[in-house]
Order: sequence, then structure tokens, then C-alpha cells
Amino acid sequence: MEKTFECEAKIENLGKANAFLEETLEEVGCGMKQSMQLSVALEEIFVNIAHYAYAEADSSGNIIPDTGSGRVRLTLVAEDGKVFMTFEDEGVPYNPLEKDDPDVTLSVNDREIGGLGIFMVKKSMDDMKYEHKDGKNILTLMKKL
Amino acid sequence: MLNINILKDGGKAVFALEGRLDTSTAPQLEDAVNKDIAELTDISFDFANLEYISSAGLRVLLSTQKTMNKQGKMVIKNVSEEVLEIFDVTGFSDILTIE
Repeated sequence: MEKTFECEAKIENLGKANAFLEETLEEVGCGMKQSMQLSVALEEIFVNIAHYAYAEADSSGNIIPDTGSGRVRLTLVAEDGKVFMTFEDEGVPYNPLEKDDPDVTLSVNDREIGGLGIFMVKKSMDDMKYEHKDGKNILTLMKKL
Repeated sequence: MLNINILKDGGKAVFALEGRLDTSTAPQLEDAVNKDIAELTDISFDFANLEYISSAGLRVLLSTQKTMNKQGKMVIKNVSEEVLEIFDVTGFSDILTIE
């Protein structure tokens, strides 16, 4: 089975993207734990794309989140007891797999607020693959059911 | 969607959450907590009806924990297996008090 959802890469479309995911996972018969992990992964990646993929820079080169606009396409494939979730955008090239992991052993006062999203995705998915092709960021996550 | 039920008694408050604590709803919880936090010494979060948490929700818990470490205590109750797994993966099980 393969299904696609496409929208403007805006935070306010997260609910729609998630409804698309939940609907599809229900059809596939996905368990509660995997369903929540996939939902978290969708949110973290989608929000990142919405904030930064099409963001413009100010005159000194600082990126301003949530500026600019563009599309994001989400494709779900279910086969052989696995779900593949692919995100495609035409924004600035960015490989989230290269991001350093946060130190999750630090005490509460040393922990930084933020930086956890991608880490949670890496920890909960069974495989992740990134490529930049034809001007597109293509990130595919795989979860065994 | 997130519903927040707040039970306040002097310096003590219980925030019972129902629904999803995500990018869209985390600011609601942040506002609700920050409105009262200056006068609180004992905060509990009841997660019995919390279905989902993402990093946006974790951020609110971490900043609240940082504040409460200076002025009192904070506990989280009735955490589901799915949410607990997220606390484990992110090391939050070690920095939060989970009952």
C-alpha cells in the first residue's frame, strides 16, 4: 500500500498530516506503541521542515524560522510488516542524521531546552536514510510493525 | 487537542492533562503553568489521560522542572507505558520525579 499527502510546509498543517498518518496506520493495523512513535517522528520532522526548510535569512545571514513558503510531501508505504515514511521538500539542503545527539545524561540544570526532537526520531525508528536529489531533501524513516 | 484541569490549593497545584501535548498545544500548558508558578512550591502533573507527548511537551516539563528545583518540588503521576518509553529514551526518567 502506498499513500501520499501534500501540503504547504506550515505548522498549522501538522494536524492534517497527523490525521493522514493515523488513518493510514489504522488501516495497516499498527499497534499503539509504534503508532505513537511514528506520530512523534512525523511531528518532529514536519515541524523542522516547516520552521527551517524555506526560511529566509536577514541581512546579516541569520535564519529566521517560519519565513518563506514551500511544499512538503509525505509518502507512506506499508509492506512486509514495515512502514516507510518519506518526507520530501525543496528547501535548503539539510541532513538531520548529521546532527549531533544531545547528552541525555546531564543533570536537569545542565540540560538544554531543545535539541531532542531528531534524537527521539533516531532512537525510535528502525532505519533512516537521507538523500539530496533533483533539488529535493528526501528523508525516509522505517519502522517495523 | 489538550485539556488542562488545574486544582490549586495554596502553594500546591495539580495539572491534569487530557489529550495531546505537542507542538500545537505545548504553549497552552506553558502559559497555564507560568501564570501561577511564582507562588507554587509543589506541582504535580497527572498524565492519566495524556495520550501523546513530543519534544515540544518535554521542553515545557524541563523548564518547569528547572524552576521547581529552585523553589519546591515537582512530580509526574500516572504515566502511560508509551509516554514512559519516551522519558526513558530521552533521559527524562532520570531528571523528573515519576510516581
